[in-house]
Amino acid sequence: MVKSTSKDAQDLFRSLHSAYSATPTNLKIIDLYVVFSVFTALIQVAYMALVGSFPFNSFLSGVLSCIGTAVLAVCLRIQVNKENKEFKDLAPERAFADFVLCNLVLHLVIINFLG
Amino acid sequence: MAAKKASPDLVNSSFSFKSLKLKTKQQELLLRVSILGLVYVLAFIARLFSVLRYESMIHEFDPYFNYRTTLFLTEKGFYEFWNWFDSESWYPLGRIIGGTLYPGLMVTAALIYWTLRFLRFFVHIREVCVLTAPFFASNTTLVAYFFGKEIWDTGAGLVAAALIAICPGYISRSVAGSYDNEAVAIFALLLTFYLFVKAVKTGSLSWALGSAFGYFYMVSAWGGYVFIINLVPLYVLVLLITGRYSMRLYVAYNCMYILGMLLAMQIRFVGFQHVQSGEHMAAMGVFLLMQVFYFLDWVKHQLNDTKLFQTFLRITVTSAILVGGIALGVGTASGYISPWTGRFYSLLDPTYAKDHIPIIASVSEHQPTAWSSFMFDYHILLFLFPAGLYFCFKRLSDATIFIVMYGLTSLYFAGVMVRLILVATPAVCLISAIAVSATVKNLTSLLRTKQKVPQTGSTKGVGSSKSSSKVTLDQSQPFHKNGAIALLVGVFYLLSRYAIHCTWVTSEAYSSPSIVLAARGAHGNRIIFDDYREAYYWLRQNTPTDAKVMSWWDYGYQITAMGNRTVIVDNNTWNNTHIATVGRAMSSYEDEAYDIMRSLDVNYVLVVFGGVTGYSSDDINKFLWMVRIGGGVYPVIKEPDYLVNGEFRVDKGASPKMLNCLMYKLCYYRFGELVTEYGKPTGYDRARGVEIGNKDIKLEHLEEAYTTSNWIVRIYRVKPPTNRL
Repeated sequence: MVKSTSKDAQDLFRSLHSAYSATPTNLKIIDLYVVFSVFTALIQVAYMALVGSFPFNSFLSGVLSCIGTAVLAVCLRIQVNKENKEFKDLAPERAFADFVLCNLVLHLVIINFLG
Repeated sequence: MAAKKASPDLVNSSFSFKSLKLKTKQQELLLRVSILGLVYVLAFIARLFSVLRYESMIHEFDPYFNYRTTLFLTEKGFYEFWNWFDSESWYPLGRIIGGTLYPGLMVTAALIYWTLRFLRFFVHIREVCVLTAPFFASNTTLVAYFFGKEIWDTGAGLVAAALIAICPGYISRSVAGSYDNEAVAIFALLLTFYLFVKAVKTGSLSWALGSAFGYFYMVSAWGGYVFIINLVPLYVLVLLITGRYSMRLYVAYNCMYILGMLLAMQIRFVGFQHVQSGEHMAAMGVFLLMQVFYFLDWVKHQLNDTKLFQTFLRITVTSAILVGGIALGVGTASGYISPWTGRFYSLLDPTYAKDHIPIIASVSEHQPTAWSSFMFDYHILLFLFPAGLYFCFKRLSDATIFIVMYGLTSLYFAGVMVRLILVATPAVCLISAIAVSATVKNLTSLLRTKQKVPQTGSTKGVGSSKSSSKVTLDQSQPFHKNGAIALLVGVFYLLSRYAIHCTWVTSEAYSSPSIVLAARGAHGNRIIFDDYREAYYWLRQNTPTDAKVMSWWDYGYQITAMGNRTVIVDNNTWNNTHIATVGRAMSSYEDEAYDIMRSLDVNYVLVVFGGVTGYSSDDINKFLWMVRIGGGVYPVIKEPDYLVNGEFRVDKGASPKMLNCLMYKLCYYRFGELVTEYGKPTGYDRARGVEIGNKDIKLEHLEEAYTTSNWIVRIYRVKPPTNRL
């Protein structure tokens, strides 16, 4: 039982790896950015667990800025991905401009909330 | 204007549509714009009854607080307003106004005021406050048009705009003078929903950003924003379950949720509730669910091998559910995630408030709705709503699913609490508009089948020639045509009755300022009772500036706004114990009440009495609520003491505690000498219809300071303690 699940996991891993390496480079860059943001958020949560959450608004603004920019990057990836039929007549420049605008609003609100 | 006249039979009019040589599309645009313009003006002027009949003043109770804060904002500026600590209410506790109000309404009115001043129109802030609600009602009709266009087509949009312009359910809280949060909140609600539906339809980040800003405006305007933050996740959940999800939904919901939540937390009153309160957890839960769901979808797309994917699916789903369940359980058990609070919990369990929180149960707006209220506020929309639901289900899309969910959930809540008929009104108007528009379209297309030349639309909103069917039917035409004409006349009749009903309702029921009462005299002439303002201005001009006034919490806002004196409790009702103390004072004997009043530094007591005029919303009729609320905190006050066989009486048969309590004495002091009605004995209480029991009232610790001309408001001065010998 254990051997078959570990073999399954290995198969899973290998096929995921091979499927993923076929994605175009620009999407991989966005994915890297998303992973980086989520990782930063996790570091902040770990820090909060260590020292307590006293200025809670600062903690929230830090974590939410990471999660927010990760989510917005995923939205950008969805809109730019050539495989998505729904977005085929959306210019990538327009998608990027929306992404920048939303990030601008996000970070302005974060700066106000940081305290 | 055209250079030549095209058709000879229009030679009498120098201006005609044909002579402008407009194409059909331009004619349609002109029709639409002119209809919308008329609807805009109609929505504004339908709400002006009380301004024309009485004067331009603020109505009711809550708007006086909003007016006072707006005045403060325009005088002192935004920084002072945001950090305001008010020591004039809830003496001796004070109130942190900056952190406990929804600033949207005040900031909106102040912005309009500053814009007008910039354009050199030097209006008084009170005029701006009075007319804010009708102005935003007009804007709501525009949003309703665009929303109707998204859900169905332009015809439905026009009908929706026209219906919502005069619908009594909306007019009731947005007449001129009703300067309350709902005036801008309904506009913000509909705007947020429209922008979100547009975002889901187009999948564009900028529309989602717009809906986040709409949500921010809604959060700043009204506590009812909780409805949005629960309805939108519920809608997303329904789409996920029925398999109608798409990438556009992901983009729209995530952008709106994150940005909306961050923006909402900027309002101090809302604070961290989006991550800590049980009422907001549904949104977060759906957010996390979406991440898991779409991640699994992406992995499935990458793998192309079902067996491997099933394993992966099993692992991820079980771990996600475990983690989510543990987090929710720990959060709720440790109390970090607060449970659903009183007002919103009583929406889910309507019997909760009556047993546990008398203050919420006592507000008349929080009572369950009777069918007559529904009929009164909606008229024909009540039966057009199910018809519209049928049409929506026939053409299911992202937008129609949303409006159906909005309609059904809001109607459920409208059935639980009368006040929430207002929230259901836009949904009911939109869905009914779909029914009207679709029916009229079908009927007129029947009318048009025989004609080869399309006639210019005879009914509202039907202008597009695309809808006319080119199929010619067989020779049973005359019957179909006559039937269609008869039905169209019927639709026209119904809509005209609706308009008449709405105008009548607005004029008779919803345009009274509540602070000025009117009645018909013996000769049919109108008599105005302006007692409230008379009393408040007496307070303002004849009492020391640091005087403290004790009254029941209904009048607190008006006393601070117009009388400019410190009050003990007011309509904010944030401190139940303080209100219970006042309730205990009002229902105790004069000696005990004097001790309580001395402990609170009370200088004046204000009561409202309707026995001379027959005014039934006075303090004696509210007295049992004072007893219940006081008794909820101080067990020494027991409700059965004031009742006789379960009945509330003020005549000779009343209980002795009732006949000697402070409220009774203050209301009926010197009333025993007065003849109120011809043929009745002295001391006949016209509001209760009985002769009072205790006519010979002596006051020991208070003295009468002022009674208004119709005895409606009575003010007493608390005497300082006698010198000890």
